[in-house]
Amino acid sequence: MKAVDFDYAQPATLDAALELLSREDVMVRPVAGSQSLGPMLNLRLAQPELLVDITRIAELQAIRLDGDRLTIGACVTHARLEDGDYPDVTRGVLPSVAAVIAYRAVRNRGTIGGSLAHADPAADWVNVLTALGADVVIAGTGGRRTVPMTDFILGVFETALQPGEIVAEIHVPALSDRARWGYYKVCRKTGEFSHATGAVLIDPARGVQRCVAGATSGKPVVIDGPALFEGGCTEAAMAAHLAGSPAADDPIALKTHTVALKRAIAQVMS
Amino acid sequence: MSAHAKTISLTVNGTRVEASVPPRQHLGDFLRERELLTGTHLGCEHGVCGACTILIDGEPARSCITFAVACDGRSVTTVEGLDDDPVATELREAFSAEHGLQCGFCTPGMLVAARDVVLRRPDADNPAIRTAMSGNLCRCTGYVGIVNAIRRVIDARNTNAG
Ligand SMILES: Cc1cc2nc3c(=O)[nH]c(=O)nc-3n(C[C@H](O)[C@H](O)[C@H](O)COP(=O)(O)OP(=O)(O)OC[C@H]3O[C@@H](n4cnc5c(N)ncnc54)[C@H](O)[C@@H]3O)c2cc1C
Ligand code: FES
Ligand code: FES
Repeated sequence: MKAVDFDYAQPATLDAALELLSREDVMVRPVAGSQSLGPMLNLRLAQPELLVDITRIAELQAIRLDGDRLTIGACVTHARLEDGDYPDVTRGVLPSVAAVIAYRAVRNRGTIGGSLAHADPAADWVNVLTALGADVVIAGTGGRRTVPMTDFILGVFETALQPGEIVAEIHVPALSDRARWGYYKVCRKTGEFSHATGAVLIDPARGVQRCVAGATSGKPVVIDGPALFEGGCTEAAMAAHLAGSPAADDPIALKTHTVALKRAIAQVMS
Repeated sequence: MSAHAKTISLTVNGTRVEASVPPRQHLGDFLRERELLTGTHLGCEHGVCGACTILIDGEPARSCITFAVACDGRSVTTVEGLDDDPVATELREAFSAEHGLQCGFCTPGMLVAARDVVLRRPDADNPAIRTAMSGNLCRCTGYVGIVNAIRRVIDARNTNAG
């Protein structure tokens, strides 16, 4: 249970970090809260030669309001999002979701950007930010680009990040006062990763009627439109939406995903 | 020793410490093997069991998945550093009175996590205490005594405050 002998740098600026991350002579990797990478290092599932700690870069710690959207720096921790010391344009979605990620000791160090970059299909932000319609701002030595969540997560532990790039910030659009939100995770034990996640957003002001099925052993499955509401969330309907993912062929997984989404839908219909 | 050793300076239980550490050394090993603070226990070493929970700048964290090198400039508190802490003192008495420990392996992490619950969630009912403590595993007690101990401290504090 000991990591390989890696080197470590803790740059103070984004430019310095990107410079280090673009090195091609060593196997280099960013590290934020180390709450996912730490276990992988200890288990030697990851064997980098150089880790670049990005948590001392001030701009990655910032949360700010840009018009009616919230910009969250990649290194903002789950605990800070839980505690809510920011103008919450999501009317409680961000703090309520943050509060059910793992355990407080993990939330104190784990970051929203690390969670997205890690891209575990069962991770909370992966599914919730997809449902909210967030965008991810990616930074590299060549500049910045903005990618919608639906194009950022490509599969299991797979993202749109290219070598040398990092998640710099996340843009979360504001919900209207008529928005309704439902979220349900099927977990074997409180705080452990979800086996099936349902996330639902209805926001008439933005014309959004969105269901997301997460933890499907693939990227989040987005189902837009009214079809699943009003009793439409059946196993048959879910089998069609999950077609191609391992969950569709496993009767237990299919039932679990149907239940998770049904319960999330029930929260917005009540 | 690693060719990549870095010099860090941090506070451990109130004492300034300068040390050369291999970046791969996690904080739990640093505390146990270099500082000889063996109150911090290591169970799973991948973040799941909570035995290694300590405070970094006053906030609970897993010392097994936090690297010592990342704690340069920080203040680390282990169970040994909570000897004179009022909440930890109340918790130690309550854990003993309510049979909140048996072998004691989980107890250092339990105390650190429980202290956070008492300070952050003075309104917690028993299900909320269980949820907040779900990241700390105990193989002996069945948790009832642990929950009762935390309940006792929260209730006593609320009575004294009210
Ligand atoms: C016991 C336990 C239970 C957990 N349960 C849950 C849970 O229920 N739900 C959940 O969502 N999560 C859970 N987690 C994971 C936790 O939320 C992690 O904090 C998170 O997934 C990773 O964030 P981090 O900052 O720790 O990233 P790190 O561990 O530092 O990094 C993770 C990966 O992302 C890369 N990386 C980090 N930051 C960036 C960036 N800004 N740009 C590009 N790449 C980056 C790293 O190179 C690495 O590959 C759990 C973790 C533990 C230990
Ligand atoms: S030893 Fe750190 S959580 Fe188990
Ligand atoms: S008292 Fe033995 S593990 Fe908790």
